Amino acid sequence: INRRGDAAFSSCRPKVCVVGSGPAGFYTAQHLIKGRQDVEVDIYEQLPVPFGLVRFGVAPDHPEVKNVINTFTQTAKHARCNFYGNVNVGKDVSVQELQQAYHAVILSYGAEGNRRMGIPGEDLAGVYSAKDFVGWYNGLPSCRELSPDLNCDTAVILGQGNVALDIARILLSPTDILKKTDITHPALEALTESKVRRVLIVGRRGPMQVACTIKELREMVKLPGTRPELVQADFEGVAQALPDLPRPRKRLTELMFKAAVEPPAKDEQERRSKASRSWGLRFFRSPAMVLPNPDGTKAAAIRLAVNKLEGSGEAARAVLTDEVEDVTCGLVISSIGYKSLLIDSSVPFDSGKAIVPNQMGRVQQAPGLYCSGWLKTGPTGVIATTMNNSFDTARSLMEDLDSGNLDMSAAKSGAQHIRTLLEERGVKPVTFSDWEKIDSVEVKRGESTGKPREKLLTVENMLQVAWA
Amino acid sequence: VTRAQPLRSDNRVTVHFINRDGEKITVEGSPGDSLLDVVINEDLDFDGFGACEGTLACSTCHLIFDEDVYKKLGPVTDEEMDMLDLAYGLTDTSRLGCQICLSRSLEGMVARVPESVADIRQSQDGSSQ
Ligand SMILES: Cc1cc2nc3c(=O)[nH]c(=O)nc-3n(C[C@H](O)[C@H](O)[C@H](O)COP(=O)(O)OP(=O)(O)OC[C@H]3O[C@@H](n4cnc5c(N)ncnc54)[C@H](O)[C@@H]3O)c2cc1C
Ligand code: FES
Repeated sequence: INRRGDAAFSSCRPKVCVVGSGPAGFYTAQHLIKGRQDVEVDIYEQLPVPFGLVRFGVAPDHPEVKNVINTFTQTAKHARCNFYGNVNVGKDVSVQELQQAYHAVILSYGAEGNRRMGIPGEDLAGVYSAKDFVGWYNGLPSCRELSPDLNCDTAVILGQGNVALDIARILLSPTDILKKTDITHPALEALTESKVRRVLIVGRRGPMQVACTIKELREMVKLPGTRPELVQADFEGVAQALPDLPRPRKRLTELMFKAAVEPPAKDEQERRSKASRSWGLRFFRSPAMVLPNPDGTKAAAIRLAVNKLEGSGEAARAVLTDEVEDVTCGLVISSIGYKSLLIDSSVPFDSGKAIVPNQMGRVQQAPGLYCSGWLKTGPTGVIATTMNNSFDTARSLMEDLDSGNLDMSAAKSGAQHIRTLLEERGVKPVTFSDWEKIDSVEVKRGESTGKPREKLLTVENMLQVAWA
Repeated sequence: VTRAQPLRSDNRVTVHFINRDGEKITVEGSPGDSLLDVVINEDLDFDGFGACEGTLACSTCHLIFDEDVYKKLGPVTDEEMDMLDLAYGLTDTSRLGCQICLSRSLEGMVARVPESVADIRQSQDGSSQ
């Protein structure tokens, strides 16, 4: 045994850091810690609170989905894992500085931007991005001031993915249901006063191309106090195509078809006739412009261009016709996708696809740099999808450790060095036990009103509690 | 938890899991336990299994059965089918482990943990691990 060599080797534990504490950050960290006994993982997060879209995206009436937080908490409390919140990578510390302090850096900072529709009137009052609207009812500090105007009969949501259905459900749910969730107090109050009775969910293509999953659609079909408003003619030819569809698409389409075309059973008929609110899926429509009210101060209607489909199945293309249709509505929410942003100019970035170009999580032309989650794949898929692609990235990194492709020749200072830098810059990180103080205050605040938690809504407030 | 009991009590049901590496792991559970309970109680390391903790909100507890066992598993609800639709490698004999309760009639059942996407891809391109 070469004692010198061994000593040098064993003193050099792989130090890895993760940027972002959403599902991608936590699942990547978990897989590394479980997969190797020597790796140390530090997680940096821009907000004082962890968990990314599990806290700020997942709908408040889906508490089961948030159970993943328990596993993330176990990871955060592991002896070889540390959490540093309140550190904005790209501003407070650069990716290059992280690369100097760690053997490997994993970028998992998600998709914080949103795609714009690029149509006239998009900036009128009453028009919101789904990202901001969701951030508002979920207590994202940067969306606190949104205070959307819900003083209208009809809301139009552009896009037919799960986020669109989440928003429709929140707009139409009886507030008796919402008040038992962790929805923010201001959002609950606004929704209690809301005049919105009808939500139209608009897609460019047809029923066989919707992007939502069946669980979310079934929730709409069953939503108390509402009835579906679907156009039978949109489902022409669908019955014939059903038998050849793969199972998930088939079941989803069948459910929609049933709600749209089949005569309802007696109790369902009764339920629908009593409903005071409605939701509809509008197919073959692209947003053309938002039309203002007479004094030009806010949205009054949306002009939709009518499409026809070319081709069929998942690959079908929407092609514009000359026809347009105006829909009166005071609220327009564009839910056409999230988008990753470049946080540091030293990181390779594909601005067309809005992802970090990578192979199995290895950032191209950047040894020691990895990515996972929505930043790696683009903003699609559920948490389980993110989990799998994060495990993939962790596996790539461990392969590189085994093969020697990852430079381990020097010991790295890790958080020690970064904390000194942050201190010089006047940035104080929030630790995981600081977060647990925030957590317990939030849970306590919720208790009096029968909510699982009442979230703190500003960064200042969170920091105050964290460092109290 | 102590295991001071005799080697085998009558009231236990044997389950054979086949993990992602194809290894067979044999454990026991009590009637009424779900297969997710068994995985947790026996501390089986199927990474990412049971993310939503048995609340029918994730599909990470996806298991595949032989046809004859599948038929004995009881009815599937629409909600379980909905989550299964999102599972990788869905088969005609797939179920969600958190929805299946052990009973004496399932003694000796085999439950296979499906390969993850990465496993499928890697075994296709022939790379190791
Ligand atoms: C509205 C909505 C609802 C959803 N509902 C569900 C659902 O019900 N079920 C389900 O399975 N999936 C759901 N999803 C999908 C799920 O949220 C994603 O799959 C998952 O969150 C992606 O994980 P991520 O870690 O890549 O990104 P994120 O969760 O966005 O995490 C990124 C983290 O990085 C941090 N960060 C960003 N920039 C920086 C920086 N410069 N420095 C440091 N940290 C930074 C962010 O603050 C955030 O904490 C939903 C998504 C949305 C948008
Ligand atoms: S554990 Fe999530 S569906 Fe079974």
